Amino acid sequence: MSPPPVTPVSARFTRTPLVVRKERQQAAVRLVLLAMAVLMVLPLLAIISHLIIQAWPALSWEFLVDVPRRGMTEGGIWPALVGTVYLVVISLAVSAPIGVLAAIYLNEYARDNWFTRAINLAVISLAGVPSIVHALFGLGAFVYAARFGYSILAASLTLAIMTLPVIIASTREALAAVPAAFREACWNVGATRWQTIRAIVLPNSISGILTGVILQVSRAAGETAPILFTGAVFFKAVQRGDLFPYRLTDQCMALSMHLYTVSTQVPNVREAIPWATAVVLLGAVLAVNAAAIALRVWLRNRKRW
Amino acid sequence: MASTSSTGAAVPPRPTRPRRAVWGERGIELLIYASGVSAIVFILAILFFIFREAAPVLFSDRFSLTQFLFSTEWYPTSVSNVRYGTLALSAGTLAVTVLAMILAVPFGVGGAVFLSQFCGPRLRETLKIIIELLAAIPSVVWGFIGLTVMSRLIVTYTGAPVGVNVLNGGIILALMSVPIIVSIGEDALKAVPDSYVEAALALGVTRWQLVFRVLLPAARHGLLAAVLLGVGRAIGETMAVLMATGHAVQIPHGILDSVRTLTANIAAELGEAPAGSEHYQVLFLTGVLLFAITMLVNLAADLIIRGARARK
Repeated sequence: MSPPPVTPVSARFTRTPLVVRKERQQAAVRLVLLAMAVLMVLPLLAIISHLIIQAWPALSWEFLVDVPRRGMTEGGIWPALVGTVYLVVISLAVSAPIGVLAAIYLNEYARDNWFTRAINLAVISLAGVPSIVHALFGLGAFVYAARFGYSILAASLTLAIMTLPVIIASTREALAAVPAAFREACWNVGATRWQTIRAIVLPNSISGILTGVILQVSRAAGETAPILFTGAVFFKAVQRGDLFPYRLTDQCMALSMHLYTVSTQVPNVREAIPWATAVVLLGAVLAVNAAAIALRVWLRNRKRW
Repeated sequence: MASTSSTGAAVPPRPTRPRRAVWGERGIELLIYASGVSAIVFILAILFFIFREAAPVLFSDRFSLTQFLFSTEWYPTSVSNVRYGTLALSAGTLAVTVLAMILAVPFGVGGAVFLSQFCGPRLRETLKIIIELLAAIPSVVWGFIGLTVMSRLIVTYTGAPVGVNVLNGGIILALMSVPIIVSIGEDALKAVPDSYVEAALALGVTRWQLVFRVLLPAARHGLLAAVLLGVGRAIGETMAVLMATGHAVQIPHGILDSVRTLTANIAAELGEAPAGSEHYQVLFLTGVLLFAITMLVNLAADLIIRGARARK
């Protein structure tokens, strides 16, 4: 027995001129919007490929581990690379705990009153403060008032305050994604608030929290303005390949600052060096971001509730 | 009810936790409270410290606030004729920001509409990841791109004598603000109640009619907030405009003029101004001005988002 004949959908409904016009309009709009979306994506691809092509002659392992030579016109970027790692690690060591605890307060403890609203307002305002104003604050507060001088410590603390509001926001989102029923079940067996947070809320949101913190690694690594006047310098003599060249009170070089310096301040730089510096900085930032995104996608697929 | 009334039965002692656990918990909760307040402490500290450095000049006799805000003469290091007028710098910021928004808003809103209405889930995920990566590019890299690639393109195609100008800075800032506008705009479109969409679809509208007549009007507050956040980012951006807009303190007469913005001016001159000098204090005062402007823009965006949420 053969199946009953199926009438195609197009034959069942007559396409009136109105329908045809609507469909055409629809297709045209979709095309325009698609073109816009493509135009947003293209810059990223164009930028990356152009950077890599220009940087190719200078990119090598030597470039990463060598120190700048001949007044920064030749050589590598080792001191800047290590300096950036110092700044990122110290700033996040400060801002991640404070940010996570603040988010726990806002999501788990705070009641809906004026005080909480004030904190929320402060977080939003803090996130909107321009990076150069953070630099002014770091200069006034950490370099002069706290007498840290121009140092890694002052620069890291400035970066820490800049990353804090974003860590608070992303952590809060992760905490809020834990269903309220989990907490209620835990309270009902007699656990205190903190026991519930430690045993139920944090284990179920730690991955989301981590993703948010990882994203701030790339932000802290890329920022230039906040460290410009608080601890980053044009040049600092460092042994080639030395893993721990700086002390907390030293000034340091940083990748972002180095890119600014070699592209605007230093004459007669070998042409590929600024490009290669940009590629290393961009590559590091995008790699960290891609890792965070991959982690997020993997976790979303694994989620059980 | 009656079965549970156990009059006379000995109540077992309430189980107690070790004292150390109780105190440990109190300590941790204290830390949590302290961190919770930290955001308020830091925002006040920022205001206090930049204002403290700026205050001496603000309250000195030789300084006029009107001149600071409305004069175009910025001669901070002149020997005989020192002038601190920031109007040209504000005009630079305004010009670059407005141009950036003219370019970024159509693309940002169009992108948000495309993502939420016109593409499949797989394409959407891919595009969102790319936009997120676009947002992650450091501003100094954008500045470098403006300084090298974009300036050469501008000189080639417009015949301008220098490639670092308002147009360059505007394009770079537009590229930097589009991701924010897209992601927040998409959230705003997503927040439109399903019933609106279903009612429209039941009437037989096309996607485009749905977007234009239903979604955009319903999400207009959220979209406005997205644009404002983009504006906030564009005003506060420092390194990209420092490198891409040239260093001319002047009111621009066209998009091919070089300018200097409020942010770039601080970054360019703070290194040369001796700590505690009048010049240094005026730069901090510019910081206070920037702080106030971005704060207003961001708070307005927040109020609009909150207002839109409350209405639903």
